[in-house]
Amino acid sequence: MPSIKVLAEREERGVRFTGGHTLCAGCAEPMVVRTVLNAIPDPVVVASPTGCLEVATSRFPGTAWNVPWIHVAFENAAAVISGVEAAYKVLRKKGFLDKRVRFVVFAGDGGTYDIGLQALSGALERGHDFLYVCLNNEAYMNTGVQRSSATPKCAAATTAPVGEAIPGKPQERKDLTEIVAAHGIPYVAQAAVSHLIDLANKVERAMNYEGPKFINVLTTCPLGWRTPRDSAIQQAKLAVETRYWPLYEVIEGRYKINYKPKEHVPVEEWLKTQGRFRHLFRDPRGKELIAQIQAEVDRRWELLLKKEQCFGVGG
Amino acid sequence: MRKAITGHKAVAEAMRQIEPDVVAVYPITPQSEIAEYYADYVHNGLVRTELIPVESEHSALSACIGAAAAGGRVMTATSSQGLALMVEVLYIAAGLRLPIVMALANRSLSAPINIHCDHSDAYLARDSGAVQIFAESAQEAYDYTLMAQRIAEDMRVRLPVIVNLDGFTLTHTVQPVDLLEDEVAKKFVGEFKPFAPLLDVEHPVTWGAFAMPDYYFELKRAQEAGMEAVPAVFLEVQRAFAEVSGRRYEGFFEAYKLADAEYALVVLGSTAGTAKVAVDELRARGMKVGLLKPWLWRPFPGPAVAEALAHLKAVAVLDRAFSFGTMGALYEDVASALYPLEKRPILVNYIYGLGGRDITVPQLVQALEELPKIRRTEWALRYIGLRE
Amino acid sequence: MAGLKGWRELPLGGVVAGGTARDLNKTGSWRAERPIWHEEKCIQCLQCWLHCPDDSVLIRGGKVTGFDYEHCKGCGVCAAICPKDAIEMVPERGGECARP
Repeated sequence: MPSIKVLAEREERGVRFTGGHTLCAGCAEPMVVRTVLNAIPDPVVVASPTGCLEVATSRFPGTAWNVPWIHVAFENAAAVISGVEAAYKVLRKKGFLDKRVRFVVFAGDGGTYDIGLQALSGALERGHDFLYVCLNNEAYMNTGVQRSSATPKCAAATTAPVGEAIPGKPQERKDLTEIVAAHGIPYVAQAAVSHLIDLANKVERAMNYEGPKFINVLTTCPLGWRTPRDSAIQQAKLAVETRYWPLYEVIEGRYKINYKPKEHVPVEEWLKTQGRFRHLFRDPRGKELIAQIQAEVDRRWELLLKKEQCFGVGG
Repeated sequence: MRKAITGHKAVAEAMRQIEPDVVAVYPITPQSEIAEYYADYVHNGLVRTELIPVESEHSALSACIGAAAAGGRVMTATSSQGLALMVEVLYIAAGLRLPIVMALANRSLSAPINIHCDHSDAYLARDSGAVQIFAESAQEAYDYTLMAQRIAEDMRVRLPVIVNLDGFTLTHTVQPVDLLEDEVAKKFVGEFKPFAPLLDVEHPVTWGAFAMPDYYFELKRAQEAGMEAVPAVFLEVQRAFAEVSGRRYEGFFEAYKLADAEYALVVLGSTAGTAKVAVDELRARGMKVGLLKPWLWRPFPGPAVAEALAHLKAVAVLDRAFSFGTMGALYEDVASALYPLEKRPILVNYIYGLGGRDITVPQLVQALEELPKIRRTEWALRYIGLRE
Repeated sequence: MAGLKGWRELPLGGVVAGGTARDLNKTGSWRAERPIWHEEKCIQCLQCWLHCPDDSVLIRGGKVTGFDYEHCKGCGVCAAICPKDAIEMVPERGGECARP
């Protein structure tokens, strides 16, 4: 289990992701990237689709990536890494390479839940040996906070604004983690930027398996969620405490919830800290919508508990 | 070794001899058999290739890019809607200077949906930055697939190369093809030299950086330099191919009875075969006609084409696709090449053969016979074989 | 556009060698506030190092030694997360901090 000291040791030996990128001050994405990269001792090749991470880390001729890294387009990171992994397999067979190299995708929710879903599903079905890390900040942040299928219901987005007729995004967010789990791959998990050591442990566990591995990481976007610049960690922590974003794993089909909050913290406590939900607290109709949001959080949590009961590690 | 095989088998055989490291491919009529033959080779252990049966053509070329950037030799094949779906990625492959070779079984683009031959798919990729070669026969498809690998991988070029062969007309008809011995073909194609491979983990590189207005223009100009290098490399590779095969392709196009001709056709692909019969028929009747059949279409060998056509009285350029709203793409290439000349032939543009509409010897004879009657070049499309 | 390269000098395919952003872009110029390390309060838990988005908490031998002010954007996450209030945000050029 990589402790914080082990991660620090590895970074001292070689910085894989440098400063000098243009991600926002306080952005949670680099926190996730650094931890994941430091949690894998082997050499790593990374692919990213178009998004905040890609744009801000690779402005020609500067690159914050000190590992081999490739960006091609928005919807095809999983297809690109499939090609890299296939080349690795064959070149290894032919004797051109002897090192163990690991393959990682860092992709936003846009390039994963929506436009990238097909390529992801294809790569999962074909069984390529790679780790896909979704940096889920719940909207197309790089292009200006437009809604994605990861955007929660009632959140304000620039293509689902709060208006007289429709208050924010009408649809519930997609449960992509479960969609991925339905592909039957060896390792699936949900993690959050507020629990980076938990994330590092998950990465290490994942990398023990051959084949496709997926970790969906709730990654706060202070700008898009309209929260203070230094609030990324507190935000994600509240999302976990209110059961909005459960931390769990599905290992070879077996469900394990990593953290069960002892207290029942209403999701309203989390919603009220963010500007993207501000309208729910200024309008009398907001109360009903908050109740709906809570009901859905409860429904998904109950379902997850049942899955752990039926398909748990012990069962 | 001479075999009676279809065009797609000929391409598959060339691929087998090239033995790329990775093939990522998605089926579409009339290309599917290329993928099927290759899958057969892989599943029977005849080639050491990782075959990625991707879930779409967009992913096919994306996986090819990943594999090529990783340091592998990569090939694929597609057609029509498949090319249309992957064309975003084709532009990217060219911009990233990746030497991916792909067979394009020329088929019409929807709508309406049609599975038969025309060149609208090749025309869609016209400005993509991919090199484009056209084959007249299964033999040329085989030969040029081998040559394409050398052209693509040449360090002066480093671009994707498309080998066009007419859907059904060439892919599905059985023709005699002289295949090189495996060892001879392999030696001709040579070892792949990767550039800045991702898998060289000791030297991490970033592929696909984001360029702002301060650098984009220069990066694209550098890409054009790769295209500019193609003609010289093309001729070198043809000469090298002649040495191992005895088949002499000399030049960017085949000039058939063109040197002393007064009237000629310019056409891409298998229709050139039919056109040669029409030319021979008219020659027998005393009319001085000829044919110019480009092998290399992108980059367009403008000055060479202009020089070859300059002496003619009139030329009919045949396009097997619309470029809606303007003259045909091949016509525009020829016209712009001829424009700088003081003395140049009258030009006329025919659209023909769309969606697999057959083109016959009598139709081409008629097109040539009409040429002396045309007074001057006009901005107007004509059609062969269209019901008004 | 002085100092920028002409097209002939550019790498094939725009491929660049790794890790060049550090030297090319000193994002420290973004700051409105800077973190000050109160070493005497620090328990070397490394939480600040773990969370810094800009790799700007310097460590040596597994211990925090200070900040990389050339890259630190002054986001304040380190100060917010420090369990011992060993990091204090102070204004870069006068005025008040976002979270005084």
